Amino acid sequence: MTKELLTLRVNGEPRTIAVEPHHTLLEVLREELGLTGTKHGCELGECGTCTVLVDGVPVLSCLTLPAFLGDADVRTVEGLAGAGAPGRGAEREATLDPLQTAFAEEGAAQCGYCTPGMLMTARALLDANPRPSRAEIAQAISGNLCRCTGYTAIYEAIEKAAARS
Amino acid sequence: MSEFSIIGRRLPKVNSWAHLTGEARYADDIFLPRMLYGRLLRSTRPHARIRRIDVSRALAHPGVVAAVIGADMPEKMGIMPSTQDETALAVDKVRYVGEPVAAVAAVDEDAAFEALSLIEVDYEDLEPIFTIEDALEREDVKIHEEAKRANVFKEVHLSFGDLDAGFARADHVRDDWFFFEGNTHAPMESHSAVAQYGGDDKLTLWTATQVPHYLHRELEKVLGLERSRIRVIATPNGGAFGGKSDPFGHEFAAALLAMRTRRPVKITLDREEVFYAHRGRHPVKMRIKTGVQKDGEITAVHYQSWLDGGAYASYGIATTYYTGALLTVTYRIPIYKFDGVRVYTNKPPCGPKRGHGTTQPRYGFECQIDKIAEDLGLDPLEYRKRILQPPNSRTVNELRITSMGLGECLDALQRRTHFSERRGQLGRGKGIGIAGSAYISGAGLPIYWNDMPHSGAEIRIDRGGGVTVMCGTAEIGQGSDNVLATVAAETLGVYPSDVHVVSGDTSLTPVDLGSYSSRVTFMAGNAVRDASLKLRTLLVGAAAEKLGVPETRLLSAYRRIYDQDDPEKFVTFADAAVLAESKHGTLVAAGSYKPPKGIGGTFKGAGVGPSPAYSYQAAVAEVSVDLDTGTLVVDKVTTAHDCGRALNPPNVEGQIEGAAYMGYGEIIGEEQVFRGGLHKKPSLLDYKLPTSLDTPALEALVVESVDAEGPFGAKEAGEGPLNPVIPAIANAVYDAIGVRFDETPITAEKILDALGKRDNRGVTKKRIGPDGLGGDADPNRALRRLGATTAARERRVAGDGGQSPPTG
Repeated sequence: MTKELLTLRVNGEPRTIAVEPHHTLLEVLREELGLTGTKHGCELGECGTCTVLVDGVPVLSCLTLPAFLGDADVRTVEGLAGAGAPGRGAEREATLDPLQTAFAEEGAAQCGYCTPGMLMTARALLDANPRPSRAEIAQAISGNLCRCTGYTAIYEAIEKAAARS
Repeated sequence: MSEFSIIGRRLPKVNSWAHLTGEARYADDIFLPRMLYGRLLRSTRPHARIRRIDVSRALAHPGVVAAVIGADMPEKMGIMPSTQDETALAVDKVRYVGEPVAAVAAVDEDAAFEALSLIEVDYEDLEPIFTIEDALEREDVKIHEEAKRANVFKEVHLSFGDLDAGFARADHVRDDWFFFEGNTHAPMESHSAVAQYGGDDKLTLWTATQVPHYLHRELEKVLGLERSRIRVIATPNGGAFGGKSDPFGHEFAAALLAMRTRRPVKITLDREEVFYAHRGRHPVKMRIKTGVQKDGEITAVHYQSWLDGGAYASYGIATTYYTGALLTVTYRIPIYKFDGVRVYTNKPPCGPKRGHGTTQPRYGFECQIDKIAEDLGLDPLEYRKRILQPPNSRTVNELRITSMGLGECLDALQRRTHFSERRGQLGRGKGIGIAGSAYISGAGLPIYWNDMPHSGAEIRIDRGGGVTVMCGTAEIGQGSDNVLATVAAETLGVYPSDVHVVSGDTSLTPVDLGSYSSRVTFMAGNAVRDASLKLRTLLVGAAAEKLGVPETRLLSAYRRIYDQDDPEKFVTFADAAVLAESKHGTLVAAGSYKPPKGIGGTFKGAGVGPSPAYSYQAAVAEVSVDLDTGTLVVDKVTTAHDCGRALNPPNVEGQIEGAAYMGYGEIIGEEQVFRGGLHKKPSLLDYKLPTSLDTPALEALVVESVDAEGPFGAKEAGEGPLNPVIPAIANAVYDAIGVRFDETPITAEKILDALGKRDNRGVTKKRIGPDGLGGDADPNRALRRLGATTAARERRVAGDGGQSPPTG
């Protein structure tokens, strides 16, 4: 297979890479760009673990071919916090996405493996609907499987982040 | 005002931030220079002799660097030293579809994947065995030649008291059969391992494992490499639930390929392979006979279980014992007999899943307790309270009970759900059910006999007041790193965020037996507490000298060591560290924990069941059944759990809710089932995990009995809360539609069947479940089936020499 030269915009940065055209966005993010924050759970589009945002819309990166992305804005969990903001403690918390802080406070990440995909899905939800009801949250994350939490803490975290935004 | 500065506060886990920013490094996130990608070839046959394996075409494929087969690692291995019946890759014979047979390493994953199809395996099919009944009877088919009787892996019989006399004293005897379907863990992270073999002839294996220490031992045995040359690092597990607590073929294959190539090798299983790696919940058939007096007092219990173990031992010997061991710790049972049999079948090996071996009998027993309450006209919640095993007592099978909060759990549930007023009052199609349970806070014995500690911890304090805790536990999402940090921080008087946790690294951390049997909070917590107290003594001594205040008056909290009579008189923790190091030298202390002696019996088989403390829990489920479609909706599960003390309440609540979710999934539809040896649903689309839209409202009620031996009084919270949810839902369904579900899962088809709305045209059933070992009331069925399968085999043998693919 011949590799194709491709420029992707990931977390606001242009990245030019040579990729096998059949490799998925998931593989390219993890293996070519070193963005291992995006996880894989099935690579068949069944679990939502690999969710990233493309122009603000949650997509399954395991079913997305990079060649079709053009200059779309790809956002991964690494790009969720305020870009490049240094600091620690309260200062850093100001730069974290309110979802990240709320997930930590509510214990919404247990093993943390579904968390990046869950955060990206939740971010898209809050961008479109800043005050979602619990039913709307449940609907929004229904494509993201979590085996640890029973979803309760995730609902509470998303509600908390919404209330703070 | 709490007596604690850290314990009981709703603080984020210390490892949260890594999880939430994508920084956490799971095994598959490791990429090393020159790394090769490995893949496993898996058996396509449920039971076959391997006549020949040829990897030469695979090796010739561009990009392929090395290949290994079973004969390269023929040493037997397995988690339990007494029952090692597995090899890293199959040697001579395969015993289930999906068993690893060979492994290749290539420069990229595509090449490795392509190479698999170039490996030639010549199989000679053998007749497979798929059911418990066949496994018990078929002497002529041996999955393992070593099995003494047919395909029986283990048979246990334990008897406590005169059973006949016990039943003779009963006013009422119930005799019920149950079946619990097998299911799997399905953690979101698939298994993954990266091996590196250095120029110094040392092997490092990063792997998603719950048991780095046990794996360390098995690697030595299988690879023939001294343990001093092996380092196992348990990476953060993306969920495990028991599914990553065996040594696995891919771990050995990655290691051997790395040794052969002297390049790092990564093997990550794909989702389908995770279903074959399995080690999940055993399918168990059970018969429970319980005698009671008019007032409900139990006079005797005879519990029998038949476990479908799959193709290999795994923890099976412990699982078998666990089905009988813990029934006794919840309610008073004066006379008890337990018979257990685990058989081999040609399916992926079963093993420990959250609640290990206790989930199935607990389901059966709690359903039966519900029936007994009804027979006697008692409220099921009040009835349970009436027959509680008392705290600080011994059970009939000699288990030591200390703190016991099941009564408080039941009270908490009654207050919260008004169960007793609502039961039977919700109208047809709506129901409420209850069940109780218990679980161990760590197994009382290690899996290999030794007198060493079960958990060791080492703590170092640096000159800036930083604290490093090193312990061999594996962080699997249960929050063990945070437990270690919390116990150290509370004891020393710093914040959890001041603590660096190094866990699960056999070169850096003292041995902890691993993250299984819900042992970490209790055992590693006590080890960390032990080490922390030693250092605290040095710090407080140095501070007392400096402040001129007696040590007994000093407290440590919030990074200060201060005079409790005058809190403004203090030295900072960092200053105290400098003073103490000046006086005593480098500030390092080790601590360890071993369960006390005498917590169990001394009879053969007494090793499984004892624990330094038992957690207790109960659940109330509220359900709605659609009488037209058979759809079961669980509206809410409320679980009360006695965790001793909640070291970190959000984490404890998360364990309780997560366990309720997992239990709910097991009874609503998850099933690891097969057709002719082929897994019917090895994908996350077909294997129905509950999504957010399916999952009931979950509520956790924390009960604190403050155990005298637990670290700050804590006991386990990870596994026990799963157990009561399943029977509570079954009992709620009975309340809703008057049908007993004595088998899991409770599907819409089964509900429609019971309601007479399937193909039985209005003939309703009072009960869905087995009536005997053969699965129906006809005692001759097993015999007829035996005859039929024998005839079929003979036809095949006569027809084509037994070469045709087996049919299920």
